[in-house]
Amino acid sequence: MQVPAPFQYARATTVDHAIELLNEGGDSARIVAGGHSLLPMMKLRLANFDTLIDINGLHDELGYVRQEGSEIRIGAMTRHRELLESDLLATAFPIFRDAEHVIADPIVRNRGTLGGSLCQADPSEDLSAVCTTLDASCVIRGRDGERVVSMEDFHRGPYETAVGDAEILVEIRIPVRPGGSSAYFKVERRAGDWAVASSGAAVWMSGGVITDARVGLAAVGPNTTGIPAISEALRGQTPSEELFAQAGALAAQACSPAVDLRGTVAYKRHLADELTRRALRKSVERINGQGA
Amino acid sequence: MTTVETRLTEFADNNEKPVGYGRMLRKEDPRLIRGQGNYVDDLNLPGMLHLAILRSPVAHARIKSIDTTAAAALEGVVAIVTGADLAEKGLAWMPTLSNDVQAVLATDKVRFQGQEVAFAIAKSRYIARDAIELINVDYEILPPVVDVRKALDPDAAVIRDDLKGKTNNHCFDWETGDAAATQAVFDRADVVVSEEIVYPRVHPAPMETCGAVALFDAVEGQLTLWSTTQAPHAHRTVYALVSGLPEHKIRVISPDIGGGFGNKVPIYPGYVCAIVAALVTGKPVKWMEDRSENLSSTGFARDYIMKGEIAATKDGKILAVRTHVLADHGAFNGTAAPVKYPAGFFGVFTGSYDLEAAYCSMTAVYTNKAPGGVAYACSFRITEAVYLIERMVDCLAYDLKMDPAELRLKNFIKPEQFPYTTKTGWVYDSGEYERGMRLAMELAGYDELRKEQEEKRARGELMGIGISFFTEAVGAGPRKDMDILGLGMADGCELRIHPTGKAVLRLSVKSQGQGHETTFAQIVAEEIGIPPSDIQVLEGDTDNTPFGLGTYGSRSTPVSGAAAALVARKVRDKAQIIASGMLEVSVADLEWEKGSFHVKGDPSKSVTIQEIAFKSYGAGDLPEGIEGGLEAQICYNPSNLTYPFGAYICVVDIDPGTAQVKVRRFIAVDDCGTRINEMIIEGQVHGGLTDGVGMALMEMIAFDEDGNCLGASLMDYLIPTALEVPDWETGHTVTPSPHHPIGAKGIGESATVGSPPAIVNAVVDALKPFGIRHADMPLTPSRVWETMQGRHVPSI
Ligand SMILES: Cc1cc2nc3c(=O)[nH]c(=O)nc-3n(C[C@H](O)[C@H](O)[C@H](O)COP(=O)(O)OP(=O)(O)OC[C@H]3O[C@@H](n4cnc5c(N)ncnc54)[C@H](O)[C@@H]3O)c2cc1C
Repeated sequence: MQVPAPFQYARATTVDHAIELLNEGGDSARIVAGGHSLLPMMKLRLANFDTLIDINGLHDELGYVRQEGSEIRIGAMTRHRELLESDLLATAFPIFRDAEHVIADPIVRNRGTLGGSLCQADPSEDLSAVCTTLDASCVIRGRDGERVVSMEDFHRGPYETAVGDAEILVEIRIPVRPGGSSAYFKVERRAGDWAVASSGAAVWMSGGVITDARVGLAAVGPNTTGIPAISEALRGQTPSEELFAQAGALAAQACSPAVDLRGTVAYKRHLADELTRRALRKSVERINGQGA
Repeated sequence: MTTVETRLTEFADNNEKPVGYGRMLRKEDPRLIRGQGNYVDDLNLPGMLHLAILRSPVAHARIKSIDTTAAAALEGVVAIVTGADLAEKGLAWMPTLSNDVQAVLATDKVRFQGQEVAFAIAKSRYIARDAIELINVDYEILPPVVDVRKALDPDAAVIRDDLKGKTNNHCFDWETGDAAATQAVFDRADVVVSEEIVYPRVHPAPMETCGAVALFDAVEGQLTLWSTTQAPHAHRTVYALVSGLPEHKIRVISPDIGGGFGNKVPIYPGYVCAIVAALVTGKPVKWMEDRSENLSSTGFARDYIMKGEIAATKDGKILAVRTHVLADHGAFNGTAAPVKYPAGFFGVFTGSYDLEAAYCSMTAVYTNKAPGGVAYACSFRITEAVYLIERMVDCLAYDLKMDPAELRLKNFIKPEQFPYTTKTGWVYDSGEYERGMRLAMELAGYDELRKEQEEKRARGELMGIGISFFTEAVGAGPRKDMDILGLGMADGCELRIHPTGKAVLRLSVKSQGQGHETTFAQIVAEEIGIPPSDIQVLEGDTDNTPFGLGTYGSRSTPVSGAAAALVARKVRDKAQIIASGMLEVSVADLEWEKGSFHVKGDPSKSVTIQEIAFKSYGAGDLPEGIEGGLEAQICYNPSNLTYPFGAYICVVDIDPGTAQVKVRRFIAVDDCGTRINEMIIEGQVHGGLTDGVGMALMEMIAFDEDGNCLGASLMDYLIPTALEVPDWETGHTVTPSPHHPIGAKGIGESATVGSPPAIVNAVVDALKPFGIRHADMPLTPSRVWETMQGRHVPSI
């Protein structure tokens, strides 16, 4: 059994309470949501904090997936499993269910949260890539109220986000636009492993022509990245294998993978290409009503 | 609706039958699957203290100083112990199973990342762990020796300067076979194929990590050690030799064990630290390593670089095999192998083929990595040997453009050639190789698979079919040849029938989950006709079981299984004499029918074994010269090893875009001689095949150039899940061992040995369109893709 160093523990009863506790604790306090990223680091003693503020009691307040106007809003405490099982999400953004099928294992999915995934800001985090692909924005609350930042601004670097010491991520908002679909592809060495590389795509079409498209990659750079060049290249085009190949090549160019036990740089670049093609192809198929 | 109660009766029913060999649920499972097992970490003694070990953060460094002041001052800490403290007691070093020495706690240098440096004893596990963070060690970093190929370079740092006169990192040289005769055959062969084949370092990664609870009773001078050991008796003897405590005052108890795979054969510094801590504090002390400690410091397996060469005629008659092996033994030679076999049983690298000559030379070296070389179905290096030959045969098939099944069939040792002495001196006891191979091909639908493959290749799809055929040498071993640290490898066994006809069987081996309580009860049941449920099997307690060398190398059934059968026969012989008195006929007039003796020609005149048992303890005289009671004891010394074999066929599909390998089918035909419990055999095979998928596709303990272990967590060291394995398709043939009392051969490691080459052969076969003849494990998507790009020795 791996045991962490001593720490204080507090259980937040409301979001405001959590923010109060964070203010009291300063930079040595940390929120614990699902704990599936934070606790392993503490048990390995790679990280230690004086105080953990448990926000699992806020699941009622922050665990939801709902449509409001032209947005789908997801509470930060929504668990992987709830994302996986949400029919609303699966219909609007099939990319979520695709991704959740290949994130970790049921035990982790029962506990791990959307907020924790984004705030962990691990370059391999699948949900970060999903949210990047979907052009999500993040609602951050602190003592002074709420602010909304885009995914691009949310991730500041590996394991770094726009969330301040005494702030908490409360919600993710995703714009719903007509004529769109999405898909996610990941290569892992084994079920439950982090991605060697993964690619998400979202495509919007009208009259057989792509009106907009976005691609988000994970595990092939310091953060999950959206690639504007791909969006530009695809807009106004009719989908074709050549077009997907062009997008794949752009993805391979845009990423900056590092070599590790999961794979070589060349292989990861290749995957960025290959998986981007697959995700685009699948998104278009879904728009055209082919394939699940 | 099935209620829990009715399910319980089903268990019970199943447990009553068969009386002897056959499929039955495992007797130990109700306990194990309900969380009622009793593992070392479940033990909590009053006043028990906890021990945590400080480990080296670097691979190679000189220890300049250790400051324990802050750690000792932490509240709840009882003591901090360093190498210097142990050195005062003469306990800083201990022998390994290969007659090398290993540091219990480092005194002079640290020699691998994760090596034991000091330990804290504290009131709780948490405090002990906090305390070691406060120990301050000043290291002078030395250049590490990580690349085994550079270990013997003249400028390589000398790791083992603790050994007198040591000026390099050479560990040992070893050879087997006939170099000159092999050269002569190679000289005249039509075809010679050579290939460098790497079996990477892997780890057994048992679910339960290693640990111990030590209790020293100062009044009685008695040490009790509960520990995760596969070999309790051997461990006790070594503790007696090292600590100076008399052997009869040491009791080693090995309770339920959560997987071993050879990882729990060696004596680890942690066990010795726990003993020292108990002696120092006078309190019981628990040491339980965590996952990272287990993966980074305990017995690894493999780590052989094998240059293989195979010589054949152009029509595919294999003539000779030759290999040179560079073996990485880590910082201390901790290989568990019989003394005369420093490379274990690697000598069986001649495989299942009738050869004219064979030769192997080996150079083993020290590196700044964890010691071991034992584990993962330790198999005494047969895993490496089988991988080498089965990979080389496929390389030959590739060059000859021959079907690999056909090539194997052409070269098998024939049934009439058994007992067959190999060119490296191993006497294979029995085998019918072609029968097993043909059965596997039939179960697989081999010809149709090849047709399917041809069609798929035409469409650009990557499908591979891989074959391996293995012969193992298990059941070590004959006393004349085999000992570990001077202890012969024979096994004792005791059987007592109680007055009411229930029995207790005491064994020296130790199950780590293999189902001994069931298998051994069935062996005895078969011999004396008492139902398995009436036979209690005891093992893992040196005070209550006879001496023997433990469970590893698939030796339990070949050695202790033979002992159990023979001790039961001894009891039956005595029972027969008592029965002759009860039935008032001569011994020769009695006939045995499982469970009872009756008078020849008159089955109505009979006594059951239970009646005989009661009589043996009961009133009235027994036949002349017969003592009361019904029990016996023996020590079985095997006359030879047993040689299980099998034919495996694997079908893989590779995604041409991502290079991911999917094992679609796996057909395993095993021959382990007489089959005692089919269900347990299948379980062993399923587990071993899963191991094989792990080793072939994902497992590797890698190091960076500084000697940092990159596989120290289960996020980094991958073990396959149910999702990576297909539904196993198993079949079997039965070729009993002629010298084993019940003809059984052992099954524990067959699948681990046989499956990696089948999977790798399948992957390489799938990559044939790319002109690929070999690729090294683990065949991760990245490696497969790099191989497809023609980069033949991809690093990752
Ligand atoms: C075995 C295993 C396999 C995994 N595999 C994958 C995988 O394949 N793909 C993948 O994407 N992920 C994977 N994960 C990670 C998993 O998805 C985690 O659950 C997730 O990364 C973190 O979510 P959490 O709720 O557990 O966060 P926690 O561990 O509780 O927190 C993570 C960080 O976020 C902060 N935080 C959490 N919530 C908030 C909030 N609302 N506001 C501000 N800060 C917050 C915490 O303070 C902490 O710093 C795996 C994890 C494990 C253990």
